[in-house]
Amino acid sequence: MKEFGYRRASDVSGAVALLDADPEARFLGGGTNLVDLMKTGVERPALLVDVRELPLDGIESTEDGALRIGATVTNSDLAAHPEVRRRYPALAQAVLAGASGQLRNMATVGGNLLQRTRCGYFTDVTKPCNKRVPGSGCPAIEGEHHNHAILGASGHCVAVHPSDMGVALAAFDAVVHYETAEGPGESPLAEFYLPVGETPHLETALPPGALITGVTLPPAAVAARSRYRKVRERASYAFAIGSIAAALDVRDGVVHDVRLAFGAVASRPWRARTAERALLGAPADAGAFAAAADAELAAAEPLPHNGYKVTLMRNLVVAVLTQLAEEAAR
Amino acid sequence: MTTAPIRTTPAKGAVGTAHTRVEGRDKVTGAARYAGEIPFADLAHGWLALSTVARGRVSSVETAPVLAMPGVLAVLHHGNAPRVETDYIGILGKPDPTAAVFQHDRVPHVGWPVAMVVAETPEQAREAAEALVVRYEEEPHDVAFSGDHPGAYTLDSFMPAVTEKGDLEPALAASAVVVDEEYTTPEEHHAMMEPHAATARWDGGRLDVVDSNQGTGWVALELAKMFSLDPASVRVRSEHIGGGFGSKGLRAHQVAAVMGTTLLQRPVRVVMTRRQMFSLTGYRSPTAQRVRLGADADGRLLALEHRALSLTSTVHEFVEPSAGVARVMYDADAHRTANEVVRLDVPTPTFMRAPGEAPGSFALEAALDELAEKCGIDPIELRVRNEPDRGPVSGLPFSSRRLLACFREGAERFGWADRDPRPGLRREGRWLLGTGTAAASFGAGAGPSTAAVTAEPDGSFTVRIAAADIGTGARTALTLVAADTLEVTPDRVRVRIGDSDFGPAMIAGGSMGTRSWAWAVSAAARELRERLAPGADVPPEGITVRSDTSEAVGALAKKERHSFGAQFAEVAVDTGTGEVRVRRMLGIFAAGRIVNPLTARNQLVGGMAWGISMALHEEAVRDRATGGHYGADLAGYHVATHADVPRVEADWIDDPDPEDPVGIKGIGEIGIVGAAAAVANAVWHATGVRHRSLPIRPDRVLLADTGAPDA
Repeated sequence: MKEFGYRRASDVSGAVALLDADPEARFLGGGTNLVDLMKTGVERPALLVDVRELPLDGIESTEDGALRIGATVTNSDLAAHPEVRRRYPALAQAVLAGASGQLRNMATVGGNLLQRTRCGYFTDVTKPCNKRVPGSGCPAIEGEHHNHAILGASGHCVAVHPSDMGVALAAFDAVVHYETAEGPGESPLAEFYLPVGETPHLETALPPGALITGVTLPPAAVAARSRYRKVRERASYAFAIGSIAAALDVRDGVVHDVRLAFGAVASRPWRARTAERALLGAPADAGAFAAAADAELAAAEPLPHNGYKVTLMRNLVVAVLTQLAEEAAR
Repeated sequence: MTTAPIRTTPAKGAVGTAHTRVEGRDKVTGAARYAGEIPFADLAHGWLALSTVARGRVSSVETAPVLAMPGVLAVLHHGNAPRVETDYIGILGKPDPTAAVFQHDRVPHVGWPVAMVVAETPEQAREAAEALVVRYEEEPHDVAFSGDHPGAYTLDSFMPAVTEKGDLEPALAASAVVVDEEYTTPEEHHAMMEPHAATARWDGGRLDVVDSNQGTGWVALELAKMFSLDPASVRVRSEHIGGGFGSKGLRAHQVAAVMGTTLLQRPVRVVMTRRQMFSLTGYRSPTAQRVRLGADADGRLLALEHRALSLTSTVHEFVEPSAGVARVMYDADAHRTANEVVRLDVPTPTFMRAPGEAPGSFALEAALDELAEKCGIDPIELRVRNEPDRGPVSGLPFSSRRLLACFREGAERFGWADRDPRPGLRREGRWLLGTGTAAASFGAGAGPSTAAVTAEPDGSFTVRIAAADIGTGARTALTLVAADTLEVTPDRVRVRIGDSDFGPAMIAGGSMGTRSWAWAVSAAARELRERLAPGADVPPEGITVRSDTSEAVGALAKKERHSFGAQFAEVAVDTGTGEVRVRRMLGIFAAGRIVNPLTARNQLVGGMAWGISMALHEEAVRDRATGGHYGADLAGYHVATHADVPRVEADWIDDPDPEDPVGIKGIGEIGIVGAAAAVANAVWHATGVRHRSLPIRPDRVLLADTGAPDA
């Protein structure tokens, strides 16, 4: 593999300056994805700037009632944090549904947001992939795609985003904060991941050289009653083939507030706003849940071998919302 | 996992009592060194470059830019590599020419070795190998395996391709109940933890290879033949092996390392990456199997046909003999079994834990379950009614066949008697529950071996045998066998294995290793004990006795010799998400004399866990456009995790054979046999849907019609 340099950044501005000076540099968080990609030759950085020691590992409530999560907080610490577990339980569940204990001890929030798809064409440099080599083609469309996108994909790429955490963050309107050489910036998660279109290699709205410094979750009462359900091809240690983050507030049998986001169906965590709109004011019953799911999934464009995901996501919406409604009724 | 203390004062002998592995502490503390990490002075590192096309010719290898890269010492390819001999018969027949690297410009599959870069460090070698430009004249390829491929032909292996008696079609026509179904299993990989790795060097005119393999004598002999060397001038060592499962014989890495060291006259190491292993170290072929069963209304078989198609490469013939299992398990007046292959532009498959029996038992035992359903007979009762008293094809008597005793014991412990046979009735929250069972068998053979046992002056004993402990606990088992034969405690016995200089011995394969080696070790130890006069002094060089079991093994009466077992599984299925979870498994085996209950249970449970994996998870996906794999790593190729393997119990019943001088039958493979069928049969019992294609993935469950009420 390619020889690379290693620098440990001691402060945020220093880290940003190091990356700014070298277009072939990459930030290194837990390395749970980047190092694998370096071994397979997908990533070939000349310099790794280790940001794990930066003072970005706190989780704190802000004055306006939001929760601010630092970029270098590990998955393990995020899932274990009492405020996260109390106010956003689906987020803790999503993080715990991912990877293994060892990986969660290493992986960071910032890195999690920037992890790359596990599409087997993307991770194999001997094969074409528009995301890795723009213009080389997308063999998944005619080839292996049973775990590829049904929503928001294009003829240029049908890969899915692998994050569990991101699905819960999408449901809870997270905002991503970053630092560049020109100063700080922020991006709502809903706009953070770019549409696939003809440029699947352009994945986020993050400016070049920017360092993610943290994520803010705005206050949301509904989030306290939330669930994350993940379906995968073995019981543990596998990426989702379909997942859902859901929060539900039912008053007098009617949906008062709801959050829904899907994982493993699109190039980004998929906020199901069509379904949410359909549910607001609707009776909190299986029929309304199914109708809302159908409304969201009407936009699905499955490939020959991933149509099962439409059924799977519909069933997950009904099952998880029904469970939340039953718990609310108790 | 429970552990037992090492006994130092055996009450009734060491064999039959639980002993932790003698090298266990070294392994868990990291003191045990594996082939890729043993230090050598002046070591150079080879890195294989593999073809990216599925069929064609190498038109050029652009070595000049790579030779200029830092640390690069040499680039070997078909244009400059030494020629080797491939026209010989080794212990497993003709060699797979995939191992004979760089002999010609033809490319028969993606992942074929086209070059090796040797450099000062592995990183330099890898960077250069990945930068090496190889150009190809590409030809159209065919990698699409299907049950109706027109290229299928019958192929003999260590068993004949076809066995046939009676008249099948009339017998089927006359049957009150007929099952006629196709079952498929996907390409599966050994996925052992330790990658293939070898270091080769010339040492005083001898070729010395440190490797990870399943038979040092085997690999030494193959290397001697391939490089036209006197067998005595080749030494292969392999002390610890992180799993083999049939894959660790002669492979490209050893041959490339020998070429490298011959060229550079310094030690050369070649280690494979996980991705390289997917195309260079063999795998289990996918299978398409058709089973036709005809029975009378009481479930007695009148007709049985099992046809199994597997694939092989265009450079070597290997057949996955899945139809062989019916030749042992069930009889019928009309009985036909056939193993067929089709040649495709893919790597050569090879032996993988229970070759033939693992996929074959899935099809046959699932078909039996379907027959039981159609006849309205309990699946165990169906097997009782079809228990043969002689080999169905051979007509030979069984040395012992305690299959029904396994079912009786298993049914009692599993709680089978209370089972409602109707499918799709049991619900617990979102889960539908079901139970299933299947039979298991695996051959109990032996291979000739030699051993040496030395009485040392200090009162201890040293055993030398070219055995291989691929994780089975063989080293420990042989320690116990030697101790009992010598009538001493195991702590006075030191067993040295994994060195071809110890003389010819059986490989770790075919579930025959421990049986074959124990035979040789006990023969030498017995003679030594008789020779040692009580109280007599042992000279400084010790007293050594050698044994050779060739004659004794050859004299064994011809019989049907097998282990048997009964597998039970309980599963939970969420038909709304397609998730299948195994809740518990029980396997009861009749597998001869059990040497070390601790490691024996480990072997059997490990096989059963692999059966869960085979039923639900394992599947290597081939990309038809490029002809290569999709997701060829352990993130893409799923094996069962701990969370998938719940309470798995394995136990055994007495299975004595007074005629057999060792009594050991071998337990390396039977644990996986029937396990996938038991899981699949349980999925049917839970949902009412037959899944005849493995693995039983969520999407398959989700899209299947459920016979059960809506969730």
